[in-house]
Amino acid sequence: MISDLLSATVIIGIVSSGIRLATPYLFASIGEMFGQRSGVLNLGVEGQMLLGSFIGFYVTLKTNNVWLGVLAAMAVGALMGLAMAFVTVNLHATQGISGIGFYLFGMGMSNLLFQKLVGTVEGVKGFQKISVPLLGKIPVIGDIFFNHNALVYLAFLLVPVAWFVLNKTTLGLKIRAVGENPEAADSLGVSVAGIRYLTVIMGGVFSGIAGASLSVALLNVFQQNMTAGQGFIAVALVYFGSWKPFGILGGALLFSMINALQLWIQVLGIPIPAELAVMMPYILTILVLTLSFSKGRGPSALTKVFEREG
Amino acid sequence: MPPKQATADLRLKDRAGSIFDQMMPIFATLAALLVGAIFLLLLGANPLTAYGALAQGAFGSFNAFAETLVKSIPLLLVGLGTCIAYRGSVTNIGGEGQMIIGAILSTWFGLTFTELPGWLAIIIAMLMGILGGMIWGGIPGILKAYFNVNEILSTVMMNAIAVQIMNFLMRGPMIDPVQREASSQIPQTARLLESYRLPRLSPTRLHLGLLIAILLAVAVYFLLWRTTLGYRIRAVGQSQPASKYGGIDVKKHIVVALLLSGAFAGLAGMMQVYGVNYRMITDGSATGFTGNAGFNGIVAALFGQLHPLITIPASVLFGGLLVGANAMQRVVQVPSALITALNGLVVVFVVSSEFFRKRSQKRRLSQSGAEQATPEDAEMQQEAGEA
Repeated sequence: MISDLLSATVIIGIVSSGIRLATPYLFASIGEMFGQRSGVLNLGVEGQMLLGSFIGFYVTLKTNNVWLGVLAAMAVGALMGLAMAFVTVNLHATQGISGIGFYLFGMGMSNLLFQKLVGTVEGVKGFQKISVPLLGKIPVIGDIFFNHNALVYLAFLLVPVAWFVLNKTTLGLKIRAVGENPEAADSLGVSVAGIRYLTVIMGGVFSGIAGASLSVALLNVFQQNMTAGQGFIAVALVYFGSWKPFGILGGALLFSMINALQLWIQVLGIPIPAELAVMMPYILTILVLTLSFSKGRGPSALTKVFEREG
Repeated sequence: MPPKQATADLRLKDRAGSIFDQMMPIFATLAALLVGAIFLLLLGANPLTAYGALAQGAFGSFNAFAETLVKSIPLLLVGLGTCIAYRGSVTNIGGEGQMIIGAILSTWFGLTFTELPGWLAIIIAMLMGILGGMIWGGIPGILKAYFNVNEILSTVMMNAIAVQIMNFLMRGPMIDPVQREASSQIPQTARLLESYRLPRLSPTRLHLGLLIAILLAVAVYFLLWRTTLGYRIRAVGQSQPASKYGGIDVKKHIVVALLLSGAFAGLAGMMQVYGVNYRMITDGSATGFTGNAGFNGIVAALFGQLHPLITIPASVLFGGLLVGANAMQRVVQVPSALITALNGLVVVFVVSSEFFRKRSQKRRLSQSGAEQATPEDAEMQQEAGEA
C-alpha cells in the first residue's frame, strides 16, 4: 500500500538501492562526457555496455575473479572505443549513425556470444558488499551510504576525479579546447585527433565497466539486452548534466532513485501498473531534455568533423 | 590528343569513377561479411557452409524467397521513412516505437469496428497505422524543432515508452478474451476478422503490402525530387542557415520530416498485424513484435544511399539476410544474432565509406577542372534556379 512507502525501512531501502543503481549511469555518462567535451558524440554506449556486460560476466564465470571480469570488460570497451574513434576521427563518419551501428554490433555480438558460450541463465558470485569500517556501523546512514560493493564506491569517486581532470589539469584544458575550438587547439600544437582518440577510448572503457557493473555487481547474471536502454539514458544524462561531472551526478541519482522507487512499488504490490512504473524514467528523460533546452550549451565542435586545411 | 577527345575521355573516366562510388555500399557489405566470416571461423563454423546455408535459406526456393519478401516489407517501409528523415538531416531511430503505436491503433480499430466491408476496414486501418506513427514521430519532431531536444535521444526514449504501452495493453485492456477466460494470460490480442486481412499470394505468406510498399517507394521518389515540399526538406537537410535565408520555415520542415518518417513506420506496424500475424502479440520486448525492423530498415535505407528506389532491392537483400540467418543457425549452429551484429557493421562501414566516396569525387572534380563543389550542391543550385 502507498503508506508502506513511507516506512523507514522502505525509504532506506529505496535510497540505498538508488545509490547502487546509479553505478552504471555514472560510469557510462562520465565516460561519454569526456568524449563529448572533446567533440565526439558516441551513441554506441549501449552496445559497449552490452558487450562489456557479457564479457565481464563470462570471464567472471570462468575464472571466479570479478576483477578479471571487470578488466576484460574494460578491454572490450576500449576496443569498441578505438573502432569508434577511428571511423569518426579518421574517416569522418557521421557520429550519430555510426554510433547506432556500434549499438547494433554490440547487441548482436553479446546475444551471439551468450547463446553460443553460456546459453542458460547462470549466476556468478559477483562483487560483495564492503562495509566501510566505523562509518558502515552508523545506523541508517551506514546502510544507505557505506554498505555497498566496490564498484559503487568507485563510481562515486569518479565524479570528483573527473571534475578535477577536466577543470584543473592540462589534459582537461586540451580536451575542452579541442571540443570548443579545434582549429585554435590545433594551431597551438594540440593533437586534435590524439585527444579525441583518448577520450573516446576512455569512454569505451567506462562503458565497459558500466556494463560489467550490471552483470557482476548489481544482478550477478547476464540476460540478453539487459541494459534495456540505460546506455542511451547515459548519453541523455550528459545533456541533462550540462556536460559537467556534478550535473551528471545529480541526473544519475534522480534517475536511479526513480528506478529504485519503481522497483519497490512493484515489490510492495502497490496497484500501479508495472508498465507505467517502468516507463517513468524514459518519460522523465524526455521531460528533462525538454525543460533543459535553454540551460547551457554543448561543446561548440560536438559532432563536427575536424580537418586540417591543405 | 585533340581536346574534344580528351573531354570525352575524362567523362568516361568520370562515369567509371561514379559507378565505383555507387558500389561503395556493396563493398561495405562485403567487408562486413568478411568480418562475419572471421567470427564464424572463431566460433568453429565453416564460413562458406554458413553463408551457403544463409543464401539457400533466403533465396533457395520459391517459398524461401516469398518469406524473404515478407520480411522485406517492413524494412522497405521503415527505410522509406528513413530516406525522408535523413535527407532532411533528422536522425529518426524511433522506427520501433512508431511501428508499435501504429500497430496498436490499427489493431484496436480492427477489433472494435467489425461491421465494415473488408476493403474499407483495411484502408481505415492503414490510416490508423499512419496516424499512430505520425503521433510517435511528431512528438520528437516538435521537441527537436521548438525545444532543441536531440531527436536521436528522444526517439530512443519513445521506443521504450511504446514497448511498455504495448505490454500494458496486451496484458490487460486489449488481451484476447479467450486468454482472459482460459487464465493462460498469453499477452496477445484476439485475431482479426478474415475479411479484414491483407490478401495473400497463396500458398505463401506474401501479402499485398509488398505492392503497396513498392508504389510508396516511387511516391517517395517523386515527393523528394519532384515536389516543392521534398525540395525544401532536402534543402533544410543540406544547410539550415541557407534554407532560412531562402525563406524556408526550417522548424516546420523538421517536424514534417519526422511526421512523414513516422507515418511509414506506423504503416509498417499495421502491415505486420494485418498482413502477417493477424493479431498483436508481445514477448515483453520491442523485438518480439517488430523483429528489429525499426533498426534494420535504417540499415537498408543507408545501404540504398537514402534513395527510395535503391532501398527496394536493399530491403530484399536485408530481408534475405534475416530469413537466411535462421537457416544458418540450423546448419552451422551459430546463433542468428550474428546477422544483427553484421548489420551494425554494415552501418559503420557504409557511413565510413562516404569518406572514400567524397575523396574520390573531389579528386575527379579537381582533375576535370570543375569548381570545388560536390555534385549534390550543383544539383541543389540548379533546382533552386528552376524553383
